[in-house]
Amino acid sequence: MKEHKMEYVKLIDTTLCTACRGCQVACKQWNENPASKTQNHGSYQNPQDLEWNTWTLIRFQEYTDTDGNFKWLFRKDGCMHCTDAACVRACPSGALHHTDYGVVAHNREICIGCKACTSACPFDIPRYNKTTEKIYKCDLCYDRLKNGQPAACVKACITGAITMGEKETMIKKAYDRVEKLGGKAVVYGDKFVGGTHVMYILSEPPAVYDKLPVKPSVPMSVILWKNLFKPFTLIGMGAIAGAAALHYLIKGPHEVHEKKEGEE
Amino acid sequence: MTNHYIDLKNADVILIMGSNAAEHHPMAFKWILRAKEKGAQIIHVDPRYTRTSARCDYHVPLRSGTDIAFLGGMINYIASNDKFFHDYVVNYTNAPFLVNPDFQFNDGLFSGYNPEKRKYDKATWTFQMDANGVPMKDFTLQDPRCVFQLMKQHYSRYTLDKVSSITGVSKENLLKVYEAYASTGVPDKAGTECYALGWTHHTTGSQIIRTMSMIQLLLGNMGIAGGGVNALRGEPNVQGSTDHCILYGNLPGYLKMLNTSCPDLKTYLEHYTPKCNDPQSANFYINYPKFTVSFLKAMYGDAATPENEFGYNWLPKLDDGKHYSLMHLFDKMYEGKIKGLFSYGTDPAVSSPNSGKVRKALEKLDFLVSANIFDNETCSFWHGPGVDPTQVKTECFLLPAAATMEKEGSQSNSGRWVQWKYKAVNPPEDALAIGDIQIRIMDTIKALYAKEGGPNAESILNLKWDYKDGKGNFDALKVAKQINGYWLADSTYEDKLTGATKDFKKGELVPSFGMLRDDGTTSCGNWIMSGSFDEKGLNKMAKREKDDPTGLGLYPNWAYCWPVNRRIIYNRASCDVNGKPYNPKRKILAWTGDKWVGDVPDGPWPPQADKEKGKYPFIMKQDGVGSLFGPGMVEGPFPEHYEPLEGPLAKNPLSNQLINPTIEIFKSELDTVANASEKFPYVCTTYSCTEHWCSGALTRWQAWLLEMQPELYVEIGEQLARDLRIGNADWVHVSSARGRVKCRAMVTKRFVPFKVEGKTVHQVGLPFNYGWLYPEDGSDSTNFLTPTVGDANTFCPEYKAFMVNVERA
Repeated sequence: MKEHKMEYVKLIDTTLCTACRGCQVACKQWNENPASKTQNHGSYQNPQDLEWNTWTLIRFQEYTDTDGNFKWLFRKDGCMHCTDAACVRACPSGALHHTDYGVVAHNREICIGCKACTSACPFDIPRYNKTTEKIYKCDLCYDRLKNGQPAACVKACITGAITMGEKETMIKKAYDRVEKLGGKAVVYGDKFVGGTHVMYILSEPPAVYDKLPVKPSVPMSVILWKNLFKPFTLIGMGAIAGAAALHYLIKGPHEVHEKKEGEE
Repeated sequence: MTNHYIDLKNADVILIMGSNAAEHHPMAFKWILRAKEKGAQIIHVDPRYTRTSARCDYHVPLRSGTDIAFLGGMINYIASNDKFFHDYVVNYTNAPFLVNPDFQFNDGLFSGYNPEKRKYDKATWTFQMDANGVPMKDFTLQDPRCVFQLMKQHYSRYTLDKVSSITGVSKENLLKVYEAYASTGVPDKAGTECYALGWTHHTTGSQIIRTMSMIQLLLGNMGIAGGGVNALRGEPNVQGSTDHCILYGNLPGYLKMLNTSCPDLKTYLEHYTPKCNDPQSANFYINYPKFTVSFLKAMYGDAATPENEFGYNWLPKLDDGKHYSLMHLFDKMYEGKIKGLFSYGTDPAVSSPNSGKVRKALEKLDFLVSANIFDNETCSFWHGPGVDPTQVKTECFLLPAAATMEKEGSQSNSGRWVQWKYKAVNPPEDALAIGDIQIRIMDTIKALYAKEGGPNAESILNLKWDYKDGKGNFDALKVAKQINGYWLADSTYEDKLTGATKDFKKGELVPSFGMLRDDGTTSCGNWIMSGSFDEKGLNKMAKREKDDPTGLGLYPNWAYCWPVNRRIIYNRASCDVNGKPYNPKRKILAWTGDKWVGDVPDGPWPPQADKEKGKYPFIMKQDGVGSLFGPGMVEGPFPEHYEPLEGPLAKNPLSNQLINPTIEIFKSELDTVANASEKFPYVCTTYSCTEHWCSGALTRWQAWLLEMQPELYVEIGEQLARDLRIGNADWVHVSSARGRVKCRAMVTKRFVPFKVEGKTVHQVGLPFNYGWLYPEDGSDSTNFLTPTVGDANTFCPEYKAFMVNVERA
């Protein structure tokens, strides 16, 4: 890890989110990501999942808790910007990297589209575009941060559910808030992968939420790769072969991730 | 809103009923969440669990169209458990007034009903008067003929059992809401109510809102910070457009439209200027003639003189007893009696009830002029589904209009804040602001009349029409100043209370409607907006100061708030009869002994304990107090529960009067109705979604929004879906007695069945944001299902409660 000038944390307080999806649109607008042709799948959630052109998404979930109380849960999904980021460890080209703010950005110029990161990420975030043969994901609006502006999703959030600030301040804010909320509310994000730069305040236990790992970690195969193979490949082998080796390590031979990678 | 958006943060209990605030007023919802953060209880009562429910303390489902039963039960709870704010009710409402001995209520009907005309004679809906012509009162509230006792008796029928059986709300939930809300009936607590189209879109809509107003009066929640009855109005500038008389029965500033029973100005002014013999009632509408004459001077300028009644007879008049709502317009069009239609910024082929009838009606036009940003289903009706273009004779014009960011002007929010905005960019290519389109059309019409003459030519030729800038373009600022009003002669104004005088020059702006005159020496396009400029021309709507002297979020120097920058109306009712704030912690106003300090008070007079100079707080009411007994409504002085035009019940559980006895029944062959029918067994409601706007005519072209909500869906509860063997995202047909739409099923836990009169009643709901024009493979209008029927006072259509069937497609 390199020294950070100032680490930012984006805090998503799900107890204040109204799922208006202003963040989802603001993200597309700022990053000039096109819309996909969708259909109604019997839920407000659309698109159904993150895509190369959808870096953040509100997940809608109908849930009845253990006391029989019905709840409609909204969770803004997107890159968690890990400190110990599996994608950065796995990336053979150096395209995925940490910025000055501690968050994980992606240099598409040098991305070789090897998809090592898609397999490595414990949160299933990076998405592959078959046409451009590149990976896409949130960079927490690096260009906006650099110019003193909050990320587009933060700026768009009406209710104050998404806020952003200096890491320690935000962690304290998160714990203060959870204490005030009481009940089952928990802070999510600071206790794994070296701490994430996107954190949640969840009203329910993490296990309740769709597609949210309870104990995310960097896969052992990626750790092995980082320590044994990656330095070697970057120097000598060429990145593509390295990526193939990594892919083999994680997933074994011949497994193609059509579902995840199938974007236009 | 009686209050304003920011003020929602000051409430202790917020009842959201008739609104899906989080989805449709997301900016407003921020302030609701602020209140919640401070410990306020937020309650959502709605047929469906929505994104609003998700952020409230709890959600209570009720059957569509039963709000008066629910709220009537709350009045019963408050009155019979002595939960009302006694001091407030006695002093500031007509609770002590003695009602005419001949006034009666019997089996769902008030005295004076005429079943043939579906109309009441209101002769008995009056008060007993003393020798001075002032209503008689019993301040002990014990007289059996006093308003309080009659009201208590009326709502004693709304027992928990009865209300639960009508609404489908469990008795536990009813009590939970009643107790929580009634807890605000004390001086140091504030309760507010947020409603929107969920209340107005009913045949009983106005009376639902009135029931809530009665509750707010009983609890002392009117005129206070964190209180009020608050209509969350929409982005289409609903507040501004009603202020400026978009409704057919109004002139600007809610003056009454002219009608044939008032053939001259004198009769009109006598008819609409209220009289009151109680010297402590300000009866502010005593100034009605000043507002009216100043309006006529704004319309006709120098041509309006005392001799020609200031041009009174140049204005069109409504036929007595006839109505001219959107539904009437399409009804007459369907009959072939309307030849041309100007349709600006609207898409009635999608948004009006009974779309099938609306689209047939459009085929009968000779010409249709649309001015819109995009083409829409109305403008393109001639090549819509099932329409043979070769058989349509209508000539259609689409004038490209500027979008909101492409023009200067004012916008009014629900809190009556009128904010000036500037043009950000020029409109593309040939597109023009509506003002510019109107200038060009009217210039041409005036020139044609000057050349050729024509019927009622004076009304066109005399029209004051000098709203162009140096380049011949529409000048919004000139119109705004005309709306504010001018001095038309050098004048001296004398303040009656203080005796102070001030001189004004001809051509200066009138700085307040209190200075308007009925002799033709002032003009004013809309009296409630008089004061939006100062006399030298400072545009107060453009003010952007962020000072907040009360700390309660009034922000008096941000924009202009009508009337006279008063941020909370009826604010004198926040103080006791001596002018001392009931709640010192949320003090918006206080009497210091010689003046009011805080918000702009409802008039400068001392508080009402001063029997000589003091006035009652509800200055816009004839008697100066809030109306628990409200004879102004067409259905009766006390709101009563009636079933929707189409409902699941064959009999009203409260009386033998099934539906609102005063609604107009439309009778064309396309206006079919199926009440309590086995063919259409499910209650249906309609709504918008956050991602689209109104008919979707603007938002469906926006790819990012369409991506999130791409096509029409019907939300169905899990049990009903199981019964009908409908799976999530299956294609289904939803049909009513009027039409059918195809859409996706969204099977959800958020709709639960109701227990109504011992039967299980299912409810479903659809958004109304879709039309055939775009997206191409999308769906058509939900309003093929809705009936042509409206509220008896306003003719707002009943979009929120009717009956449908749902089948697999």
